[in-house]
Amino acid sequence: MNEMSTRAKTPTLEEMNLIKKFLDDTTLFLGPDPEIMQNHDLMPRTEIEDDAIGKVSDAHTVAKIRDRIQSGCDEGYEMVEQMGAAPGAKWGDVITGVYSASGDLAIASAGGVLIFSALVHHPIKFIIKNWMNEPTVGVKDGDGFIHNDSRYGNVHNTDQSMIIPIFHKGKLVCWVASTVHEGENGAIEPGGMPSMAESPSDEGLKMSPFKVVENYQIKRDILTFLQNSVREPKLQYEDMKVKLFACLRIKQRIEETLNSDGPEALMATLRLTMENVRAEVKRRISEWPDMTVRSYIIQDSTLRENCVVKINCKLTKTGDRLIFDFRGSSPEFTNRATNTIVAGLKGMLAQVFLCYVWPDLPRGQAAFAPIEVITDPHSIVNCSYDAPNSQSLMSIFTGFTAGQHAVAKFLYSCPEKFTRVHAPTFNMINTFIWGGVSQHGETLGNLCADLNGMGAGATASRDGEHALAPIFATMADIGEQELNEEEVPFLQLVSKKMTRDAIAPGKYRGGQGYTMMVATKDSEQWGFMTTAQGAKIPPLQGLFGGYACGTYPLSKVKDVDVYDVLMNEPERFRHSIEEIMNEQPFEDADYSTHHMGMGFEISKRGELFMISQGAGAGYGDLLERDPENIIKDIEEGLISPEVAARLYKVVFDAATLAIDFDATEAARAKERQARIKRSVPYAEFVKGWNTPKPPAHLQYFGCWGDDVGTLYMGAPDITRRGDQPRPNYMMHPKDVRIAELEARLEAAGAMGDEKK
Amino acid sequence: MKIPMTEYLRIDLETEKWECRVCDHVIAPADGNYKEGLLVHNRDPREIHPPIIDPDKYRFTFSPDPEWVRILEFCCPGCGTQVETEYAIPGHPPLWDMQVDVAALKAQWAARGPAALPDAGPVVMPERGHSH
Repeated sequence: MNEMSTRAKTPTLEEMNLIKKFLDDTTLFLGPDPEIMQNHDLMPRTEIEDDAIGKVSDAHTVAKIRDRIQSGCDEGYEMVEQMGAAPGAKWGDVITGVYSASGDLAIASAGGVLIFSALVHHPIKFIIKNWMNEPTVGVKDGDGFIHNDSRYGNVHNTDQSMIIPIFHKGKLVCWVASTVHEGENGAIEPGGMPSMAESPSDEGLKMSPFKVVENYQIKRDILTFLQNSVREPKLQYEDMKVKLFACLRIKQRIEETLNSDGPEALMATLRLTMENVRAEVKRRISEWPDMTVRSYIIQDSTLRENCVVKINCKLTKTGDRLIFDFRGSSPEFTNRATNTIVAGLKGMLAQVFLCYVWPDLPRGQAAFAPIEVITDPHSIVNCSYDAPNSQSLMSIFTGFTAGQHAVAKFLYSCPEKFTRVHAPTFNMINTFIWGGVSQHGETLGNLCADLNGMGAGATASRDGEHALAPIFATMADIGEQELNEEEVPFLQLVSKKMTRDAIAPGKYRGGQGYTMMVATKDSEQWGFMTTAQGAKIPPLQGLFGGYACGTYPLSKVKDVDVYDVLMNEPERFRHSIEEIMNEQPFEDADYSTHHMGMGFEISKRGELFMISQGAGAGYGDLLERDPENIIKDIEEGLISPEVAARLYKVVFDAATLAIDFDATEAARAKERQARIKRSVPYAEFVKGWNTPKPPAHLQYFGCWGDDVGTLYMGAPDITRRGDQPRPNYMMHPKDVRIAELEARLEAAGAMGDEKK
Repeated sequence: MKIPMTEYLRIDLETEKWECRVCDHVIAPADGNYKEGLLVHNRDPREIHPPIIDPDKYRFTFSPDPEWVRILEFCCPGCGTQVETEYAIPGHPPLWDMQVDVAALKAQWAARGPAALPDAGPVVMPERGHSH
């Protein structure tokens, strides 16, 4: 065979076009599009936008229209919050936004969960790319699209969006969307965030963006299918209507602007708002010192088992570029749900800036647009299509904290600040997810609002506030538990009581979290689950010498009916986890502690499940804490006198709490000298401390030290290259336990003659 | 010019050194890891985050597990001020957390001038803590 006959013929341009058309026409599955999903920057300015800006760019006109659109978004937000059926809707786990014709989020409502809105540009861009010119779908006036699969955008598939296009005289001018944390989605566990999911197929409804509304009417056949796929069919219907009508209200406000100022003014406003914010962000970054800051945050579980999962963050600022480098973070778990798609991580990092660093900027996609993010492929912060991600909050929240911790170290020296330098806020959703059949015979699955009560980190000038707000929505609410109790068959017997000694000490201490005790009543088919990190390792770092929070377990009391106790012997009841677990006041009850990844568990009437929200991190050397503030903490039940005296070296009268300032100063001076005495020089310390690999007694996932290219996968001798994905399976925790017990039986010669 | 970089650390742009803002101790070269000039203590996390429920009865107590995590406490050898903490997996090398481009810092502040120095820093007194 000669050379000519073996060489492939180079296709002509015409043939290439034919091949492309063939491939386009025969696409078997329109999965998540990496071109859309990996990009968080703004779309290029279009010719239409350019023309519009040429006609309208007056700053006053733009500001006026932006404020009108902002008001419209806020109005839509209020509608969803007031009318939404999902518990999340009632406390602000909601947002509305207006997107450019190309799909970029230009303006979001002032309240609510910004991350939802900041990530809905992905499904809109999917619709634009795939459905706009698709003859079987199309995009017309009166259409509405639904979406919840985070692989096509957004955080996790418990959040559902309604997306509508806005036309003016037949031309698309923008999009409007409304998103709610709906909760129930038909997953393997009730409530929408299954920890037990071992593949995306366990995670319930996975809606790629599709049309569910035509002529402003919800299509009943599709609605019925969706209702039939979840545990709360009425909620599914009601909230689809609520989101649609909120979108229509915003549409009405946009049309008023279109009629008064014209489409060019609207489109110019949306585009200039984004471009101006993007430019301002680059200017602000350029004011930071050129530096690399490193941090890491540990997840101490997959929610199924305890292990050490590293979120590694290197943040580098050079000129006006800011790069988050998360390489070295844990590999993705093939059969655990704590992975996130990278867009989710970016959405949470956007929260660092819009909620905590530059809250003055208009809320939209542009504030994070120029910031770069690097990750390893198939890592826990950039997982593959096949990995479950229903518990992505675990990774996006720890990623958020790594970012928040790193950013604070850039800000201190900046002359221009927009907020105080801030230690990390608590980052876990320490709350109860619940489900089953209610006292009214309704099948339900959702969660308590307490996840919104995260303790705030301390700042450079004051203590963190208690149970303030979730890191994903600084303008959300904790909601009224009493209202929720009218619909669910359990009571929070203790709620909103600060957990004493669960502290994050510092010159300024972190804001603390509160205790929650729940017990089922009036249903034999009801249960709870919890989904949080931090029962063995704190999920935070302290700032500038301050400490992180402690750890927060789940405590249970079984074989008791506390309602009987309250009825017959109320004096036996105690109002703190500390007292109930230490005093064990209920005879013959079973008292136990667990990590915070409790899979859905059916509860019997009167059994106690007890947890605590967490504290934000502390700031500065605790020996500099004002003694008077320490006594105030004691008086408020935040810290016990013994712990306060031991940690803060404050000297006071045990009976009157009167401070002896001179003795305190002397005790603190002595402690500073004691520190110097017990500490060793760095070079000497690392000789004894540093090890070349992770410890063998821990299942460790992620890089070790500076070698970010090698990712450990549960043992010191199992690794992968950061850029070379490998499957990372975990055994079922019950199989692990069975193997342990069988090994003990075998060692004791008690396995009998069982054949293998 | 001396630039306050953290609550307790500054960089002297002339000498290019990290310094303690409380006692003026010269800690380390500014282009290196300031932690190399500090003292370190490996703290059992249970001492800072005390068990709230009885560790003799329960596996999880509100205290971090000392086999899983330690607190590295970094203090100034001159005054004993706790400059930084690091919650670390046992054996994990401490982080070089602030790697400064000193030349860029000098250029940035040469353009700004001392009038722009941030006001967030503390008033420092060696013996008595400090406040804003």
